[in-house]
Amino acid sequence: MSVAQAFFYLFSAVMVGSAFMVIVSRNPVHSVLFLILTFVNAAGLFLLMGAEFLAMILIVVYVGAVAVLFLFVVMMLDVDFAELKQGFAKHLPLGSILGLIFLIELVMVIGTYFVSPDAARTAPKPDTTVSNTEALGRVLYTDYIYYFQIAGLVLLVAMIGAIVLTLRHKVGVKRQNIADQVARTKETAMEVRKVASGQGL
Amino acid sequence: MAQDIASYGWALALGLTILKSLGLLAILLVFVAFILLADRKIWAAVQLRRGPNVVGPFGLFQSFADLLKFILKEPTIPAGANKGVFLLAPLVTTTLALSAWAVLPVMDGWAIANINVGVLYIFAVSSLGVYGVIMGGWASNSKYPFLGALRSAAQMVSYEVSIGFVVITVLLCVGSLNLSDVVNAQHGSYGLFNWFWLPLFPMFIIFFISALAETNRPPFDLVEAESELVAGFMVEYGSTPYMMFMLGEYVAIVTMCAMTTILFLGGWLPPFDVAPFTWVPGVIWFVIKVCFVFFMFAMVKAFVPRYRYDQLMRLGWKVFLPISLFMVVAVAAVLQFTGWAPGH
Repeated sequence: MSVAQAFFYLFSAVMVGSAFMVIVSRNPVHSVLFLILTFVNAAGLFLLMGAEFLAMILIVVYVGAVAVLFLFVVMMLDVDFAELKQGFAKHLPLGSILGLIFLIELVMVIGTYFVSPDAARTAPKPDTTVSNTEALGRVLYTDYIYYFQIAGLVLLVAMIGAIVLTLRHKVGVKRQNIADQVARTKETAMEVRKVASGQGL
Repeated sequence: MAQDIASYGWALALGLTILKSLGLLAILLVFVAFILLADRKIWAAVQLRRGPNVVGPFGLFQSFADLLKFILKEPTIPAGANKGVFLLAPLVTTTLALSAWAVLPVMDGWAIANINVGVLYIFAVSSLGVYGVIMGGWASNSKYPFLGALRSAAQMVSYEVSIGFVVITVLLCVGSLNLSDVVNAQHGSYGLFNWFWLPLFPMFIIFFISALAETNRPPFDLVEAESELVAGFMVEYGSTPYMMFMLGEYVAIVTMCAMTTILFLGGWLPPFDVAPFTWVPGVIWFVIKVCFVFFMFAMVKAFVPRYRYDQLMRLGWKVFLPISLFMVVAVAAVLQFTGWAPGH
């Protein structure tokens, strides 16, 4: 067994194990921490495949930003476990149907490799002459630039929508205006008065 | 015989890497011990105090005395704490901070791993640093640490955005994600005026300030603001776990100083490409530059008052983000239309 294979089994085993722990952990914060472990191991698998750019992006985006916000929300929530368990029987049929569909799809994808290995080989070979950072850049920013821009616009609209939905203008709130503060000069900020001694203003 | 050597080649490489890592670790830890002392001395000098001056000549061994004290004390774990996560948090902080040094080149070819995505690796590891703080704050099961953890989560995610854009502008000028390439791209006939601090001056300032916020240094140390939160996420920690937090924090600071050096101050390059300067080995220049950036870090700590939390958020999202985003577009446009873009 080569070193790469050993690492493959290590990452995969830890990944499957921690993915399992995500769903069986009683504490939601532990679940999120196991989810992070899963992401990190997935990044390790990407590294083994030679996709170092994807591995780093997975860590920066999912572990460094998305999972932090996840953890943030889960820590703030006061989760009642008894209440969570109540809906279990009600949602079981729908959940199991979704799970079953997903399982069948996975079996079909993986089964292709065993039933007809020729079909699997028709997939395009990666271009190995450039680094994968450059290859990804070419696909995203040169070949499919318009689709990329449209995806960006959709996300922008979603972001603006979220802000509009939650933005409330309260009346009577004093806000700090930095520009006003910075624009103040000696003339506008203070005045010198003669005070008669012993009397005050 | 030759076949034997070839088949054991990977074992040799592994042994060499372990040896290199241990060497770097030892040097780094001693460096951190003295930089901690320097931090306190500079702070003291600004406030017209003497600072630590009892242990050893000029207090030089203060950090080692502190180390002994931390290690010999008994660690206490609060009764309501989540024990596993509580002890995992300082380990995560220290391990992540140290692992960033695997890719940092201190001289031409002197990096443990000279990987193609070095900049992204550093960025990824420093963005993971927030987990130590969040886990420590949550696992302590106490109000002050929890508030500190929440603050740090929002703060570090916010300032990562502007750091990311600053790094992108530098990468646009370099055309590679490799840290050694970043330094070599700054080599030119004008010496220190070829380094990126001059052409990308606004980004240099933004990077420096964001680095302060990313490492929770004053004036952005709201995570452990002693006047509001006692010691923030570290309230419940003592002895060795506390020391590991402290160590992780200072290693992260030195990492950020090294990143500033590599991205903007020409890494191991001498300030002038003429005889007396080129005789000095590159690693000396690197250390001098890191010390200079750390001196700036320490001075900021000594004389800038702490920010209010809403001011911190405003600076990150309303000032740095628009400026750095605009600069990415502007730099890309200049490089494209003047034909200065590397690699074409």
